[in-house]
Amino acid sequence: MNRYPLWKNLMIGLVLLWGLIYTLPNFYGEVPAVQLSSAKATLRLDTAAASDRVANALKDAGIEHDGIFSDAGSVRARFASTDIQLRAKDVIERAFNPDAEDPSYVVALNLLPASPAWLTAIHALPMYLGLDLRGGVHFLLEVDMPGALTKRLDSTTGDLRTLMRDKNVRHAGISREGNTVVIRFRDAAQRDAGRRAIQDSSNDLQLSERDAGADDLRLVATLTPQAQQTMRDFAIKQNITTLHNRINELGVAEPVIQQQGADRIVVQLPGVQDVAKAKDILGRTATLEVRMVDDTPGALEAALGGSIPFGTELYSERGGGPLLVRKQVVLTGDRLTDAQPGFDGQTNEPAVHLTLDAAGARIFRDVTRESVGKRMAILLIEKGKGEVVTAPVIRTEIGGGRVQISGRMTTTEANDVALLLRAGSLAAPMEIIEERTVGPSLGADNISKGFHSTLWGFIAIAVFMCLYYALFGIVSSIALAANLLLLVALLSLLQATLTLPGIAAMALTLGMAIDANVLINERIREELRNGSSPQAAIAAGYERAWNTILDSNVTSLIAGIALLVFGSGPVRGFAVVHCLGILTSMFSAILVSRMLINFIYGRRRKIDSLSIGQVWKPDSN
Amino acid sequence: MEFFRIKKDIPFMRHSLVFNAISFATFLLAVFFIATRGLHLSVEFTGGTLVEVTYAEAQQLEPIRSALAADGNTDILVQHFGSARDVLIRLPNRDDVDSNGIADRVMATLHKMDTPAPELRRVEFVGPQVGKELASDGAMALLLVIIGIVVYLALRFEWRLGVATIIANLHDVIIILGFFAFFQWEFSLAVLAATLAVLGYSVNESVVIFDRVRETFRKKRGYTTEQVVDHAITSTISRTVITHGSTQMMVLSMLIFGGETLFYFSLALTIGICFGIYSSVLVASPLAIWLGMKREQFVKVKKEKEEAVV
Repeated sequence: MNRYPLWKNLMIGLVLLWGLIYTLPNFYGEVPAVQLSSAKATLRLDTAAASDRVANALKDAGIEHDGIFSDAGSVRARFASTDIQLRAKDVIERAFNPDAEDPSYVVALNLLPASPAWLTAIHALPMYLGLDLRGGVHFLLEVDMPGALTKRLDSTTGDLRTLMRDKNVRHAGISREGNTVVIRFRDAAQRDAGRRAIQDSSNDLQLSERDAGADDLRLVATLTPQAQQTMRDFAIKQNITTLHNRINELGVAEPVIQQQGADRIVVQLPGVQDVAKAKDILGRTATLEVRMVDDTPGALEAALGGSIPFGTELYSERGGGPLLVRKQVVLTGDRLTDAQPGFDGQTNEPAVHLTLDAAGARIFRDVTRESVGKRMAILLIEKGKGEVVTAPVIRTEIGGGRVQISGRMTTTEANDVALLLRAGSLAAPMEIIEERTVGPSLGADNISKGFHSTLWGFIAIAVFMCLYYALFGIVSSIALAANLLLLVALLSLLQATLTLPGIAAMALTLGMAIDANVLINERIREELRNGSSPQAAIAAGYERAWNTILDSNVTSLIAGIALLVFGSGPVRGFAVVHCLGILTSMFSAILVSRMLINFIYGRRRKIDSLSIGQVWKPDSN
Repeated sequence: MEFFRIKKDIPFMRHSLVFNAISFATFLLAVFFIATRGLHLSVEFTGGTLVEVTYAEAQQLEPIRSALAADGNTDILVQHFGSARDVLIRLPNRDDVDSNGIADRVMATLHKMDTPAPELRRVEFVGPQVGKELASDGAMALLLVIIGIVVYLALRFEWRLGVATIIANLHDVIIILGFFAFFQWEFSLAVLAATLAVLGYSVNESVVIFDRVRETFRKKRGYTTEQVVDHAITSTISRTVITHGSTQMMVLSMLIFGGETLFYFSLALTIGICFGIYSSVLVASPLAIWLGMKREQFVKVKKEKEEAVV
């Protein structure tokens, strides 16, 4: 009667085997590695080609590596020791960045898991350690949405002024008042004309009329809720993109940049200790400039020959050759309000649509009128170094502030260009509202403290269980170990961030999980005390304890889920492990321990007694 | 080994009034301390900057205090953290100073002092926006736990048991807070997590007992409600002590090996576990009886078939 069917034993065995495999990577530790990634927003790393180049460079230098891996944006090579790692870094640095003054790639020292390739291939990775365990910097940034709204309305005010002039509508002044734009008119006919003009040009504005007197008629424009939402989404996405580009240049191995809530961004930089530099880089703006290209025949050749004509500079075009650009700046990125990828209305070719504010549009119209047929260059200037993002030919005079760049472009290219143009500046100012720095020595201390707490607690419980419940205690301890194994495997699989509170939750969950086995063992003793046969006592013990175990775990789970939903930072790290631990404990305390007991006692027809410690009976005394 | 050799059911319920009086008195004391002394909230809740540094040798605090004060900082808290070599500096957020650079300025000041330069262990800066949110999120989490547990117990057992359990265990939470207020221990996010985890955990205890109560009601027909509860508590007391003892062993291990960060976390758990046993065994059950728990609520009365006998 105390036998599990074969499929059940197999299933439990398979789950345990799975747990063992996914826990394995945690035992291998880490090896030194060198990571290569792109340093510039304008450069995309071709990982396959880069891997070959890294391999060749190392081979030429006679340095042995333990494997080269690549993912979406980086190539990593593992090495046997830190000495070799440092030499390899120099070699790779020289191979990829011939000009040390202007590096195109970031070559960073990193640590990679030392687990064998077959484990990595099935995505069995070590647990992902939080910043409090490995050291690093954590920032929580808040995007200033009211600021972004004000900026947007200011540019709208300028746009409306241009619009009124273009449509010959006479007004008595346009100004921003709080979160609205107010346009004054002297008579109702002009106001109607103004309203029509606005409605024809944009559907982002909501209009209402307000009169302050017979000759002071007003039209009040506010952004529609949809337009505001779009603006918020756009602002946060653009800020994240910009942060990505800037953090790349810090050479951080695995940065985390994520949106949190409606208007916040989390930035985590593992291993970075220099907070001041990190803050400096996060706060810096790259700038965008529009200049004219010098197409004078022979000038470019002369410049390449070493004599750059007066008033011009030599730049290289993204993915193209050199370009001679005039020093005089036509427009700066401040005038650009938006850049989106899209398609040409007539030819259906991929294109990038730019929107300029009113002042920018006026300048642009004047410049384009005089320079039809010439090329203009759009430069992105980062770290004091400029690069031409794109250099289109001006086909016609462009008024109204809507510019389209098209031709010789794929959809991906259009996307890239739009993103780069937007990256020129942050959409809205940001403020650091939370900062946490953990030194590497504290991180290592935290790991060892957490590990020792769990270890000694576990040993204490196991020793006690074995003494008090004899063989059943050993089985309970094995079940508890299985619980730990499965929990670690699950955390490794999910790559959930493990923090010190997470380790505390692991210890606490183990301490609580033993409850299920105590319940079962006490029930079996009680059944024996009441005179049941050993086999019947086992069956009844497990069966009756099940309901209680379920109820008590559900209540713990309710508390865990509440912490998960409302907790942030350390509390969430605690809650994730706590909830997962409750689930694995149900499996191991009931199924694994029952399977073992069945193997030990289930096959025997007749058992005299169970090895569950002393069972004291009141009437025998 | 068998710790508990109990021949007869222990008449716990005879003394239920005493238990509840003790419990009520502790509760009032806890509320009194929370009200008068208040909680010593960590930087996470209040906002501010916290800098932890470690020196190569034991370091006097007074020079650090005066150096920082000379720099124009006010309301600084400088204390040892764990050992005489580790120093913790806490500064509040101020409206007139850009709080973003405080940590850098503190480090600069410490480097300028005559003592050997310290190593930076940890910086925590929390802006004023975050603290308030954390407090309200904590309250929401507590509310969700209360509602969740009452609803679950009401569905699974009886609403009376749900209400009795939650009252008994909420008073544990207040008592933990009372301890933290009385000793002015630092109340951090980790302590909040421990408090809520312990709430879920001590509810287990009540669940195990009420599970027995339900079973006993069904099995022993002649017992009064008090006798049923006494029997349930007596027959689970061995499990209660062993389980809590085991959990406490783990917590004790954290208390000893976990260092400063886990110290208050495990302290909150220890208090919670001790009072959890008391309240869920000796307070929740009498409350359930007073709320009118009866056999009929657990045993489905079978309708007897009325057949005409000819």
